[in-house]
Amino acid sequence: MNDPAHYDPANEALRREVEWLFYREAELLDAWKLDEWRALLTEDASYFVPPNDKPHGDHNNTLFIVADDHVRLHERIVRLKDPNCHSEYPPSRTRRFISNVRVTPASGNEWLARANFIVHRNRRNSDVRIFTGEYINRLVRLNGALKIHERRAILDAEELGAMGAVSFIL
Amino acid sequence: MGQHARYVFEDAAADRFLVHRAAFFSEEVLRLEQERIFQKCWIYVGHSSEIRNPGDYLTRNVAGYPILFSRDNDGKVRALVNVCPHRGAIVCRERSGNARSFHCMYHGWTFNNDGTLRGVPGQDAYGPKFDKSRYSLPEPPRLESYRDFWFLNFDPDAVDLHTYLAGAKDYIDLILDQSPSGQMEIISGTQEYDIRANWKLLVENSVDDYHILITHRTWINYMANSGVDMRRKPGEMLPKIGRGVELGNGHLTTDNPNYRGRPVAAWISVYGEEAKEDVANIKAELVSRLGEARAERVANTNRNLVIFPNLVINDGSSVTVRNFTPVSPTLMKVTSFALGPVEETAEQRARRLHAFLTFYGPGGFATPDDVAALEAAQEGYSAHRIAPFNDISRGMHKPMADQFDTDEGHIRVFWRRWREIVEA
Ligand SMILES: [Fe+2]
Repeated sequence: MNDPAHYDPANEALRREVEWLFYREAELLDAWKLDEWRALLTEDASYFVPPNDKPHGDHNNTLFIVADDHVRLHERIVRLKDPNCHSEYPPSRTRRFISNVRVTPASGNEWLARANFIVHRNRRNSDVRIFTGEYINRLVRLNGALKIHERRAILDAEELGAMGAVSFIL
Repeated sequence: MGQHARYVFEDAAADRFLVHRAAFFSEEVLRLEQERIFQKCWIYVGHSSEIRNPGDYLTRNVAGYPILFSRDNDGKVRALVNVCPHRGAIVCRERSGNARSFHCMYHGWTFNNDGTLRGVPGQDAYGPKFDKSRYSLPEPPRLESYRDFWFLNFDPDAVDLHTYLAGAKDYIDLILDQSPSGQMEIISGTQEYDIRANWKLLVENSVDDYHILITHRTWINYMANSGVDMRRKPGEMLPKIGRGVELGNGHLTTDNPNYRGRPVAAWISVYGEEAKEDVANIKAELVSRLGEARAERVANTNRNLVIFPNLVINDGSSVTVRNFTPVSPTLMKVTSFALGPVEETAEQRARRLHAFLTFYGPGGFATPDDVAALEAAQEGYSAHRIAPFNDISRGMHKPMADQFDTDEGHIRVFWRRWREIVEA
């Protein structure tokens, strides 16, 4: 399973488990069950949305759209659950489509899990806003369960443009 | 002129200042703005640090025009109109790069990086009178800079940039005093997003401190959760009271004592214990270079600066350079960058970027709620026939010198200048 150019049936169980994790995330985020979603991530997890013009940049020297360490990720969830989070109150109706799930070993005991996404965001009196791109997540196994250690949502668009903001968890 | 030839109504006797909401959705108003503001005022193009070396270029929209902002082989900064003189196609279609020449993909006309025509495929067919010098990429008549900020002007008779900037220069100087060499740079990574609202709403919002307590309550909670003292005196809208300041020619700023963190140089606990000494050292450098009083001014005051008409420099949790261009009366495109001292260490740069994202930007804890507020306002203007006026009267019973940042005196400064130009 080290060679992504060849199909390895031995990889299949892990790939399905990773796919399940992506689907579970999508389900919880679309349902705004943010605490349950948070439990899919490690305690020290980080969450990134790189800028459209530097999709593979480093948040330490590049201005991102989102670059949360675990402290700010916690605060982001606090904010999103607050009715004073005006950009997401009432909460947007989102619908996530996940496909092209791939998994490869990364450094140490981590796996690199990738998937393509389409996220539709719907609000009253507004056109649907469509976000497409790729998730690149670093996964670890903790007490038998796969957990997201780092979550990165890379947008395809050349600019954020009509998407406006990333006010919900992409 | 139509029935709404007047939009700004000032009744000094009644301390009332009203703006007709047609100013935010009328095609006629936008046409007047394009003609009298965006064609006549100095409009921000870019920063020297974005095109450091000869041949460096980037393409961007400036005041609705496709501009090729570049440094030619001789090191001269240029703002070329990125349109082929032959048939009008966009010549350079890349975001940025380094090139000695630009090649039009339509008929292959090629231009040097100073905009002059280098070559035409099959030039013989034009005959002996063909004059290459007539076919340079067009340039706006004026391109000038103040401390690495470059502005263009389509009006050949406009006053020079330094005169135009008036009192805004002092505030740019104050921001640049953060750097030991007085030089700051645009940091990699661009936030480009649309707001479905009139561009003037973002002018107002950028300096409107009255809304912070309400619109940004979740940010205030986050600051409080992070150990920042967010307590207020009864009746006050923010932990500390600042001022709204008029800078001449329609420029304005807030000028506020700091109560939150500043990378240069006011430590708060979200920076981490390990950053405390480093931030103290940055402050000590300011004191030794600038003296106690100026250092305190640089390190412990915040400002949101509007350079008329459409450039905002926020100097608070971090420094942003943000400009915005109307696409239609109800839609603007926003471009936002982070600005940092060129001397910053990798650690200091990372801290600055982290601090930036707590408040600013389309994924920050505050800006998305500003966007929501502006779009809600724009939506409300559909009821202009029965609800025609915005009220901008707050603090109007006091002179300009006594205007708080949470008053609206500085917002009236913008509208008075706008009225002078658009209602002339
Ligand atoms: Fe705001």
